[in-house]
Amino acid sequence: MPVITFPHVAEAQRALKMLMNDLGNEVIMPPRPSKRTLDLGVKYAPEFACFPVKILLGTYLETCPQGVELIVTSGGVGPCRAGHYAQLHKKILRSLGYSVDIIVFEPPRLYPLDLLLNVKKLNPRRLSYRSVYECVRRAWRKIQALDNLEKLSHRVRPRELSRGATTRVYRQGVEWVDHAYSLKEILEAEAAALEALQKVPQDPEREVLRVGIVGEIYVLLEPASNLEMEETLGNLGVEVERSMFLTGWTRDNTWAETVENITVREAALPYLPELLGGHGRESVGNTIIYAKRGFDGVIQLAPFTCIPEIVARTILPRVAKDYDLPVLTFFLDEQTGKAGMTTRLEAFVDLLRYRKKQAKSPKMAVNI
Amino acid sequence: MPARVGIPGTLLYYLYFPVWETFFRNIGAEVVTSGKTNKKALDYGVKEALADACVPIKLYFGHVLNLIEKGVDYLFVPRVVCLNGETTYCPKFLGLPDMIRHVLTDLPPLIDVRMDVREGTGALYRAYSEAGRALGAKWPAVAQAYGKAILAGRRFFALLQAGYQPPEALEIFKNKSAVQKSPGHFHRNKTELVFAILGYPYLIHDQFVSVGLLNKLSKMGIKAVTAENLPAKPLARQPHILDKRLFWTFSDLAYKATQFLLQRGGVDGIIHLTAFGCGPDAMLDKFMEMLVKERSSIPFMSLTVDEHSGEAGMTTRLEAFADMVRRKKGAAA
Repeated sequence: MPVITFPHVAEAQRALKMLMNDLGNEVIMPPRPSKRTLDLGVKYAPEFACFPVKILLGTYLETCPQGVELIVTSGGVGPCRAGHYAQLHKKILRSLGYSVDIIVFEPPRLYPLDLLLNVKKLNPRRLSYRSVYECVRRAWRKIQALDNLEKLSHRVRPRELSRGATTRVYRQGVEWVDHAYSLKEILEAEAAALEALQKVPQDPEREVLRVGIVGEIYVLLEPASNLEMEETLGNLGVEVERSMFLTGWTRDNTWAETVENITVREAALPYLPELLGGHGRESVGNTIIYAKRGFDGVIQLAPFTCIPEIVARTILPRVAKDYDLPVLTFFLDEQTGKAGMTTRLEAFVDLLRYRKKQAKSPKMAVNI
Repeated sequence: MPARVGIPGTLLYYLYFPVWETFFRNIGAEVVTSGKTNKKALDYGVKEALADACVPIKLYFGHVLNLIEKGVDYLFVPRVVCLNGETTYCPKFLGLPDMIRHVLTDLPPLIDVRMDVREGTGALYRAYSEAGRALGAKWPAVAQAYGKAILAGRRFFALLQAGYQPPEALEIFKNKSAVQKSPGHFHRNKTELVFAILGYPYLIHDQFVSVGLLNKLSKMGIKAVTAENLPAKPLARQPHILDKRLFWTFSDLAYKATQFLLQRGGVDGIIHLTAFGCGPDAMLDKFMEMLVKERSSIPFMSLTVDEHSGEAGMTTRLEAFADMVRRKKGAAA
């Protein structure tokens, strides 16, 4: 029975664990990225490698001493650096004396055979492809449930009456979904958790700002890497909408592109017609879509030295000007501190509030 | 009066300027370059480009502004995606025209043709004919200019293969009557050491941003070999020893050059010159370091340059490296 692990991506690893256990693997759960994770990652990763490389390497270095034999991760076909992560990690881990192997899931549209071979390696129980499919479907539904919970928590949090109530209920809901096993149980747990979240005491009258979040996928998905920005914003009375979730991204990169993704690509066309790899074009496209939907502001999250996001960031000021939409960018790395980020977010939210007030009563502008 | 087309003197300028110049000259345009990098170009670039961008991109902005000051009618900012059918250029190259267009104001019209040979046979010709159409040239002129441009590119490439560094080869190309000195004429002393300098041509050969790296080496009596001088065919035939081939042309080339040099020998040290915050190099540098460590005992150093690189710091590091290599060689002998 191979001992496997995978990167920590928000809550999704709960579903991955279930899937891997079903297929007959022993799973060592990746810990939530912490200071120690970062220290380990920074120590052994190249200096200018982007933040996700360092976090993932740190995570592997925390789990490998526990006897991991196999790491499961995703690949990519460039020109974003993410496509080389797995190979780099393998080399570094091997040079440190861990005899681990890495299984990389490349986009199956391009490498269909690869997918089947990888599944075979991860299937020591020799389940039939049909039952593997059933397991994947169940795990997929679980990730969807987790995503739905998170989406709702973003809407409820800015309106909650007592601070922290949403987060408490959300964590509980995640546990419920985590413990559900069969498809029926997952659906039930999801419904119960969503209902509990809805029941959090809220103030319907409160004026809530709407902010869209765009950027590179890993720092968007993993709260530990963006210092729980969504929670901070929620506590400041901002409803956030994230442009990317694991389910959406996986769909776009496995079978056919979704309608949403094509819309985003078309929106970005006047500004950035070229595919840069990573999520540079998506950042630009989503910003435009948020502007058209009447959001109050957009926040871009990117790892330091991320190439596609640098290109997007260079273009975004023009988008912001054309659509009259404030855009704030955070380049995240191991040096980013929570206090500094909170200060910047507070200032940004203040600005958005002021703009909104001004838009309502244009006279104020004269007085000030 | 012929249209004045501006070509920024950095990035792919070092490898493809002869092709572009020949093409535009033959369709009846006048070509203006921004000249060598200087303090002004750097200052402009630092001011206009994003702080998180790498220094070559900042310099490109600076060169473009220089050209705008010179009053060109068109700016040639091609979107070079892929020229060898296998690897692409850095994502920043892919978004270059967009970055220029959406950051700088009062731009002359951009000629931002997309060059991607993976689109099929004749893709490159279509790109050039689009550039020609932008200047109002008719197709027979474009076809003829394209043919001449390709030939000019081949001649230039032959010069590089003969051992000239790109700036020397460009000098010969621009000024045909100039005395053709033998390759590597700037070696004053007898060379005792040979270093391979790998990395982006627009860093290595830009004497401003690399703080005179090549000149310093030659003063120290060290012969420099760059990837442009290595025989192209054996280089291309190097096996892919990484699990996955590097996506980016220059990085792939640097890695293969390392492989080739380790196999052939003849170098005493390998220096990887990289820019601060360079994305592809962050990966490449680690891969190169591991490869050199694994397969040989040749010393390896990576040098990072940025807009603040100082003369003294560079000299110290080079001297220390050269001393180390000498001592090692002495001990081995």
